[in-house]
Amino acid sequence: MWWKSWSDFWAMGGHAFFVWMSFGALLAGVVVEGVLLRVRRARALAAIEEERDLEAEN
Amino acid sequence: MNWFYFSSPVTFYGLAGRLAPWFFALAALSAAWGLWLGLAVAPRDATQGEVYRVIFIHVPTAWMSMFLYFLMACYCALTLIFNTRLSAMMARAIAPTGALFTFLALWTGSFWGKPTWGTYWVWDARLTSELVLLFLYFGYMALANAFEDPRRGDRASALLAIIGVVNLPIIYFSVQWWNTLHQGMSVGPKGSSMHPTMLQAMLVMSFSAWMYAAGAALARVRSVILERERRAQWVRDLGRS
Repeated sequence: MWWKSWSDFWAMGGHAFFVWMSFGALLAGVVVEGVLLRVRRARALAAIEEERDLEAEN
Repeated sequence: MNWFYFSSPVTFYGLAGRLAPWFFALAALSAAWGLWLGLAVAPRDATQGEVYRVIFIHVPTAWMSMFLYFLMACYCALTLIFNTRLSAMMARAIAPTGALFTFLALWTGSFWGKPTWGTYWVWDARLTSELVLLFLYFGYMALANAFEDPRRGDRASALLAIIGVVNLPIIYFSVQWWNTLHQGMSVGPKGSSMHPTMLQAMLVMSFSAWMYAAGAALARVRSVILERERRAQWVRDLGRS
């Protein structure tokens, strides 16, 4: 283990802003893609449902 | 094993659904290990200090941005040569994740560049060619969705993706061909010049990025299949059973 304390860890030797902006972007990117994947699947399933209803009406 | 069995969207839909969670699980486990190694175990870099830890995201995302583009272009080539439907769907499923990795490579590079080079951005060969890669992904996605008939979109965008492959060696060798601010290769065919723990963390994070990309592409291709096969009987029967 490299760090002596949590505050030592968060400070990143004075480069906290640059390090956490990078790791934060990775986290944000993965979360956003996860949401988009779910939204896309929900939309695709809704479109199938719609298609089915249209067919039932005719 | 009959590979053509899985080249049908119907069977691949099920296979992708079974595989994706495993890839995501492997990605999460290896990310936990890689982040532990990179953020907690690895020592400070002698010249750059702690900020070098950006490397554990920057290099894996940059590698994957190129690898995914190459993979996407291979699927595009299959689309043009054999006119297979699934390959075009796979290419469409890979593109957004490839674009995300390209963006992350550029973003983390810029936040690494500021404290070490003194600037967020410079128009040098490595950075510019990686930015071109991002625009290639965007162009591919825009072109793929620009046609009323998705099969025409498949073919037009496949051609663009294949032409764009010339950018990959330019990115990879840019640090050798031109005088650039970007550092040269630390890890390459000739071995590595890195501290063993740092190298291990970087490789574990790369494995994680790879597994994540596979999971995301497989999860997305299921939606692409549903969108494209909306009118097929097997899709209509999906929700009923």
